[in-house]
Amino acid sequence: MKVLVAVKRVVDYNVKVRAKADGSDVDLNNVKMAINPFCEIAVEEAVRLKEAGVATEVVVVSVGEKPCQEQIRTALALGADRGVQVETEGSVEPLVVAKLLKGVVEKEQPQLVILGKQSIDGDNNQTGQMLGALTNMAQGTFASEVKIDGDAVSVTREVDGGLQTVKLKLPAIVTTDLRLNEPRYASLPNIMKAKKKPLDVFSPADLGVEVTSHLTQLKVEPPAERQAGIKVASVDELVDKLKNEAKVI
Amino acid sequence: MSTLVIAEHDNSTLNGATLNAVTAAQALGADIDILVAGAGCGAVGEQAAAVAGVNKVLVADNAAYGHQLAENVALLIAEVGAGYDNIVAAATTNGKNTMPRVAALLDVAQISDIIAVESADTFKRPIYAGNVIATVQSADAKKVITVRTTAFDAAAAEGGSASVEAVGAAHDAGISEFVGEELAQSDRPELTAASVVISGGRGMQNGENFKLLDGIADKLGAAIGASRAAVDAGFVPNDMQVGQTGKIVAPDLYIAVGISGAIQHLAGMKDSKVIVAINKDEDAPIFQVADYGLVADLFEALPELEGKL
Repeated sequence: MKVLVAVKRVVDYNVKVRAKADGSDVDLNNVKMAINPFCEIAVEEAVRLKEAGVATEVVVVSVGEKPCQEQIRTALALGADRGVQVETEGSVEPLVVAKLLKGVVEKEQPQLVILGKQSIDGDNNQTGQMLGALTNMAQGTFASEVKIDGDAVSVTREVDGGLQTVKLKLPAIVTTDLRLNEPRYASLPNIMKAKKKPLDVFSPADLGVEVTSHLTQLKVEPPAERQAGIKVASVDELVDKLKNEAKVI
Repeated sequence: MSTLVIAEHDNSTLNGATLNAVTAAQALGADIDILVAGAGCGAVGEQAAAVAGVNKVLVADNAAYGHQLAENVALLIAEVGAGYDNIVAAATTNGKNTMPRVAALLDVAQISDIIAVESADTFKRPIYAGNVIATVQSADAKKVITVRTTAFDAAAAEGGSASVEAVGAAHDAGISEFVGEELAQSDRPELTAASVVISGGRGMQNGENFKLLDGIADKLGAAIGASRAAVDAGFVPNDMQVGQTGKIVAPDLYIAVGISGAIQHLAGMKDSKVIVAINKDEDAPIFQVADYGLVADLFEALPELEGKL
């Protein structure tokens, strides 16, 4: 079966992002960019399905400006077979991304679509679910285990109280949680080979989608700063401060 | 103007997160109805009707909604919600699972995890692991919103007298089924609702050592949490994880033990009122957000702390 994986180019997770002084947006100048960590897990899962002989082809798709091809190449170096970029200008909302991905799903007809559960920039946690609604596919969100079982997929999900297992009819959508797998590193020979793998570029118009904007970001600001704390010298002093100064115990 | 709040529940008890969502809904300044979708969930309907400030409770009692499968429940919410200006749910795993599906069915954007309501169409929400707060305005006629529960007080669970109506709509998309669940058993307060949380990190070294936190948690009536490092190392189950991708907590007192304080962990706890850090590395980033820091070996400090409480 064919597996489609969606990846997003985001700020590297170790970078501490700041708001611009004028509050218009976050400052992303000269900041290291990378593939979203949850998307890396999605690519890894697809590649493992291929190695297990379950998947026959892994197609990786990214929606964004031209530089997102770097992240597609990274996914190709990790083992995906070919790439698709949907070229958009600026940042695009999850609903629009879901509509664009629906267009790619209709072209590619995958049996399984794997996405990360959220991107670490917008922290929205929406795109996979929205794609599910638009394509009328079942969704296995926050997956920590995925097992293909004939024409269904069994997904163990991380929910608030523990774990839940659901069985979904294929084609279906899975969004990855952190514990689904440990992503591999790309080797240098594979990075070289990835440069030769095919990468198609579509515009939103090719997919029949109009890029609209439902939300406007009015401003961004740093969160309230915490007052500088103090270091205590002993457990006695700590207990005393908590009882008499902070009055929390 | 009218707002529909989606009840979070387990078919017998209304989850406290719903009460925080009701408070956020009140800030939108509209009449509030609650939708309870489940199987054999009549008791939840009565509890929802007792919540202060609620106008009407709609109960959709159908086997298809028993396990809150998003494919089925989203169809129901989209149908019932069509008549409302706002659809609001708590940003729990259920809310996060179902609401974007509802938004897409209604062809509107979703505003995730809001921490403040500025006006009926303008909201604040954290992005980039809480390092930045964005103010966003929605141009949609209908708003689909999930609420960060720790940012809003709970509405009073008593004092309301809403009418209860049954909703007949039965939606079974027929594409998903519930197989089973493994829920962690705990006598301690729920992590997201506890007034005191004590969390362990990689510095705990193994799962056995988490028992050192038990005695302190018992004395303080605290819930026990963990950093991702502790969960990934297999010390404790994942539902104890506090952070950007785990649970978001904001207790009166948060005690971080053997936790370095990575951005992703801070995203889950830095709104706590008082933060205490116990770590032997005096340069650990956690000390930059801690109100009280104790540089000490946790294996000596924890037993001593337990003894002195």
